[in-house]
Amino acid sequence: MTDFWFQFLLALDSTLRVATPLIFCAMAGIFSERSGIIDISLEGKMLMAAFVAAATAYATGSAWIGAIAAIIVSIIASLIHGFACIIHRGNQVISGLAINILASGLTVIIGIALFRQGGQTPTLPRTSRFNSLELPFVDFMEQNVPIFGIIYKELLSDHNILVWAALASVGVTFYILFKTTFGLRLRAVGEKPEAIDSAGISVTRMRFQAIIIAGILCGLAGVYLSTATGAGFVKEMTAGKGYIALAAMIFGKWKPVPALFACLLFGFLEAVAARVQGVEIMLIGEISSDLLIALPYLLTVILLAGFIGGVTPPRAIGQPYIKER
Amino acid sequence: MQASRLPRYVDICVIPILNLLTALFVAGIIIAIIGENPFTALSVMLKGAFVYKGGLGYTLFYTTNFIFTGLAVAVAFHAMLFNIGGEGQAAMGGLGIGLVALSLGGILPVLVVIALAILGSALFGAIWGFIPGYLQAKRGSHIVITTIMFNFIASAIMVWLLAGMLMAPNQMSPETISFQNGVMLWQFHDILNRLGFDIGRSPLNLSFVLALICCFLVWLLIWRTHLGYRIRATGFSPKASTYAGYQPETIIIITMAISGALAGMMAVNEILGVQHRVILNFTSGYGFTGIAVALMGRNHPLGIIFASLLFGALFQGGAELDFEFQTITRDMVVMIQGLIILFSGALAYMFNPMLEKLFLNEERLKEPNND
Repeated sequence: MTDFWFQFLLALDSTLRVATPLIFCAMAGIFSERSGIIDISLEGKMLMAAFVAAATAYATGSAWIGAIAAIIVSIIASLIHGFACIIHRGNQVISGLAINILASGLTVIIGIALFRQGGQTPTLPRTSRFNSLELPFVDFMEQNVPIFGIIYKELLSDHNILVWAALASVGVTFYILFKTTFGLRLRAVGEKPEAIDSAGISVTRMRFQAIIIAGILCGLAGVYLSTATGAGFVKEMTAGKGYIALAAMIFGKWKPVPALFACLLFGFLEAVAARVQGVEIMLIGEISSDLLIALPYLLTVILLAGFIGGVTPPRAIGQPYIKER
Repeated sequence: MQASRLPRYVDICVIPILNLLTALFVAGIIIAIIGENPFTALSVMLKGAFVYKGGLGYTLFYTTNFIFTGLAVAVAFHAMLFNIGGEGQAAMGGLGIGLVALSLGGILPVLVVIALAILGSALFGAIWGFIPGYLQAKRGSHIVITTIMFNFIASAIMVWLLAGMLMAPNQMSPETISFQNGVMLWQFHDILNRLGFDIGRSPLNLSFVLALICCFLVWLLIWRTHLGYRIRATGFSPKASTYAGYQPETIIIITMAISGALAGMMAVNEILGVQHRVILNFTSGYGFTGIAVALMGRNHPLGIIFASLLFGALFQGGAELDFEFQTITRDMVVMIQGLIILFSGALAYMFNPMLEKLFLNEERLKEPNND
């Protein structure tokens, strides 16, 4: 039983690691979609950022400069999205898809041109990555405090600074969206842009601000992938995480805290899937990790279909705003 | 879509070509930035796609895939539904072929098995389109999100089956055993060889003919049948079609099933035409390319044939890039595809104001002369 408990703690620990990029992207999605812009380009922005972070960190030796460069590129991708669907009123899904496909091509082409390693970046040394943060008194806590001591050591300590940043981003998102004037306007722009417009506030400007914030957050997710958990960029390293984050955002009904729990749930499923392959469970039989991986998507479909409570997306989502003259 | 005041030929010819050229121009700049000559790259691609022996065959082979997935996206577009699930529907189509071929092969005559396998691909694809269609129509879930999710679910099912109960014994890679001898579609180079022509080996097979037949059938469906009229009416205005007694819910479900069936039949080309067994990831993104194809082809079968040919040439020419250049690989094609979706999809109307100025002024000048 103690072994089970220990394994469970380790699974929770890796849940946090797996969920971090999901949390960043889900918050990015909330900002964008709450302002009325569908964002399926979370995946592409994260991929571009991951590449730029690793390439810049390799060139400069500094993970921080890499992070800044990655965030800038991710914002540029957001701006392209905005140019297409806010200014030119293009279809938001098509624009997002274009960015995703563009990202998977561009990262590899530029990667080969720069490093000649088949699209990867060279392995980053520890000094040019974001490293784990060991909390103080770990050994003391483990030896002297029962139960919490081991939780402190295995679950809380030894995480990357970006893991904490992701958790903090949930609080910040909540605060901005629900406690500030800016957040009120941002939500209004996604529900009833006419109202915001008639109040004399520019819908275009609000939406651009929202997607720029989304760009920053996706950038951080990419930075985490290539310079924190990973030691460099690998072709297609986001591997659908942007879409899982999108699912988590919907699962969380476009709200920051529920979305956080959805990310943790999906992260937990992935962490468990890595551990249960071939494990027999009574009555159910052998668990297939292949199917477990599909569970987040399935749950999202079931939720969207209204079988577990209803979901209402922002009302004006997907519609370009046409100012009346 | 915005109503355009432009003359028809501008709308259906000039704008797509302008968008394509913009995309290629940007791609050329990127090639130049990474230090290669874009014109050399273009000529390598053109030679690879059309000139070298067998090149044209490969081009038309890829074209076949894109016709199926492009038609799938286009049919859904006519009802204003965005089916991003082509990838998953094609994968399920492959499963359908596999189940028919593996269970009935050897029991029924080969030709019957082939026919049933083709139907199987359409049926399985249709089911994978039907469910998102049903959920959109009856439960209000957004078709884009559902079809994205269904892509991932299909991929998980394929991994589970191909690495599990369908996996060939004594085999390390996740794939089924080969189909019974003869359960396949003939390849063109074989057929022509027997007639005494040598066109060079390529995987081009009879699926190409099937794809062209589907183009005709889709044209017939959309513009010459009552169902097609109702599909377009639903896309144009669901409210008006409700008023006309058309039940948009039913139309949405039927349209998505047809769309899924077309995407599913892409597997005929890959599985029955070439692999003769079900392998993992045979869809390799062709479902997504179908979106670019439909956008470029303006959702019309004829346009889709041309757009598919373009993408077929890009894919085959892109493979040639791998041999000729050290720095450009076929990932370049992925990038060009992204640019085409951006410029002919999301930014489709970027040039409209400019063109309207150009053409409408011209017409205004012409009019007095005609009097």
